[in-house]
Amino acid sequence: MFENLQDKLGRAFKLLSGKGRISEKNIEEAVKQVKLSLLEADVNYKVVKEFINGVTEKSLGEEVLKSFSPDQQFIKIVRDELITMLGERPVPLRLSSQPARIMMVGLQGSGKTTTTAKLATLLRKEGKKPLLVAADVYRPAAIDQLIQLGKQIDIPVFTGDRRNPVSIVREAMQQAIKNINDVVILDTAGRLHIDDTMMGELKEIATLVKPDEILMVVDAMTGQDAVNSAKAFNEVLELSGFVVTKLDGDARGGVILSIRHVTGKPVKFIGISEKPDGLEVFYPDRVAGRILGLGDVLSLIDKIQANVDEEKAREMEEKFLKNKFDLEDFLDQLREIKKMGSIADILEMIPGAPKDVDLAGSEKSMKRTEAIIHSMTLKERRNPKLLNYSRKQRVARGSGTTIQDVNKLLKSYDQMKDMMKQFNRKGKLRKGIKGFPF
Amino acid sequence: MGIFSRLKEGLKKTRDGFFKNVKKLLSFDRLDEETLEEIEELLILSDMGSETSQDVIKALRERMHKGKNPIDVLKDVLIEILDIPYEQKTAKPHVISVVGVNGTGKTTTIGKLSQLYSQQGKKVVLAACDTFRAAAVEQLRIWSDRSGVDFISQGQGADSAAVGFDAINHAISKGKDVVIIDTAGRLHTRSNLMEELKKVHRVIGKAAQGAPHEVLLVIDATTGQNGLIQAAKFKEAVNVTGIVLTKLDGTAKGGIIFAIVKELGIPVKYIGVGEKIDDLKPFKPSEFVEALLSSDEESSEEV
Repeated sequence: MFENLQDKLGRAFKLLSGKGRISEKNIEEAVKQVKLSLLEADVNYKVVKEFINGVTEKSLGEEVLKSFSPDQQFIKIVRDELITMLGERPVPLRLSSQPARIMMVGLQGSGKTTTTAKLATLLRKEGKKPLLVAADVYRPAAIDQLIQLGKQIDIPVFTGDRRNPVSIVREAMQQAIKNINDVVILDTAGRLHIDDTMMGELKEIATLVKPDEILMVVDAMTGQDAVNSAKAFNEVLELSGFVVTKLDGDARGGVILSIRHVTGKPVKFIGISEKPDGLEVFYPDRVAGRILGLGDVLSLIDKIQANVDEEKAREMEEKFLKNKFDLEDFLDQLREIKKMGSIADILEMIPGAPKDVDLAGSEKSMKRTEAIIHSMTLKERRNPKLLNYSRKQRVARGSGTTIQDVNKLLKSYDQMKDMMKQFNRKGKLRKGIKGFPF
Repeated sequence: MGIFSRLKEGLKKTRDGFFKNVKKLLSFDRLDEETLEEIEELLILSDMGSETSQDVIKALRERMHKGKNPIDVLKDVLIEILDIPYEQKTAKPHVISVVGVNGTGKTTTIGKLSQLYSQQGKKVVLAACDTFRAAAVEQLRIWSDRSGVDFISQGQGADSAAVGFDAINHAISKGKDVVIIDTAGRLHTRSNLMEELKKVHRVIGKAAQGAPHEVLLVIDATTGQNGLIQAAKFKEAVNVTGIVLTKLDGTAKGGIIFAIVKELGIPVKYIGVGEKIDDLKPFKPSEFVEALLSSDEESSEEV
């Protein structure tokens, strides 16, 4: 839907090529594009203005580094400035009390209850013994929701009298001491920041339990108003940080920059899936590209490193170089790619990757490719030349595909081999090779 | 409390914030560049998006002639965007499917919607098709008790399409007027979940001809520019016929609806202005813009 910022900046800097310095006139258009991109990402208007002023100042008179084109250098300035504003390093939880207390607060529908369960799962992984407290007595069935989530992840939930949040919390603390829970997580009801009575209730709970952490849960899709609610919660409660949820969608998450900037409090975790383990520590440098509309290469590299078997990778490289890459290896590669998650997830992280590709189609064709190779004998996989018409017919039947599909796969395999030949010869991949099966 | 005064009550905070500023700005006769820029900033702060805001400014600039009151011109421009015609299907039972991303207030909206229909003398059936989120079924059951309407469920984890099918058959055999389907919240980027939603709609289409007759997308007023993508994706998947804009009782302005109506042609049908059961109001563009633009000193009339 939106043009990539990189492309826009590229255009804005077209006139600049050949010059060694970024001038005021040159950056005017580029700054405008960054401004629009940040607004499109829902960064608060006033925060955008401040940010832009900072960037303009920094980019004026900067020497163009030899290895960078002006647009890349400009992007680097913008990125660095953004990361500085986001806080650079992740900020861990500070849990010093015994038992430690974490209070979850926020507007309705931001995902507090789900996040509470996810946070408990995360803390248990670190060896903690959490107790969940259902202090949302207002939303119908909110308590049942937490009870059910507790059952799913096998973590106890304290519900008390289900009526008075303050007394529930008081009893829960005694329960935690009795059961030797070392961390208590309070799930409070969602509320509007302008509801004085409800905000007063939170204040009362906070005074009672003296939480180690008060985390405000914020929906990644929130727009300009996020600064108002975050400021109000921070004023009443002295937040210790934020959890930004629903980042598994395609919201750019500009809200992260806004709330950090207006409160000075760090985002500590982000929600990245509906599953119980879908909560991650927040790394400011990784989200910068996403907010700018540049993609998230660091996370991608991380994902690849976490999932690729190094031994295998070296083997594969060897085979590449000797041009002995057979269909068995091809299958291995497919599996490696699948380990990294869906193609959609991967594409999301690549700057400038097309957003409108038929993803379901690609996933399907990947599956089909796998099925076809599975239907071959090991001999055939090692030496695809063996595949004559009758063998192909058998493979097609076995994989529930057609001979055309089998031929298509073999053709792309051949192209891949050709590509490798070129690779070996020139040490560099040529652009524009088409016909990949995925 | 009358309907209008409650609407005004609900929108009061909105008015106090952003649009009061506009009123002040525009009460001057002149409309110079600086003022226009300030208006644009305020429009963007309402989540209207920079593109739509620029369009509004452009229209304001073109139509602003001497002697005209700037605030009236702005009002007209804004109302014109929101005021689009749509046809209302009639069927018995009238099947309404309520869809949206997680946490926008679907279940709460359905609770209020069932109350609204009940008050019109219609017999309502609620279908608990959110069989995924923990305790969503229970949450809907509580709302059905509050508004005193029928409730059809097969518990959590059941096949949501089957629940919808059941609910419609129940409505047909018992002569009920309205069936409201509560679907699970899903991010529009999850293609498998969007496929599942399409399937639910296909199956309920087999239970009653033309069902669902209405597909309401619930959008949270705090939503930013992603709201437009949400609406586009849901429209593409299940042909959304109307928007419900919720949580207008906070300080968020819900400006994204201007972009949604303008770009996608989906009308806004209801607004949520509070947590109480009668806090859902039919959406009227002129009333919405009027209430947003009027200053607080104005006496609120009981209607």
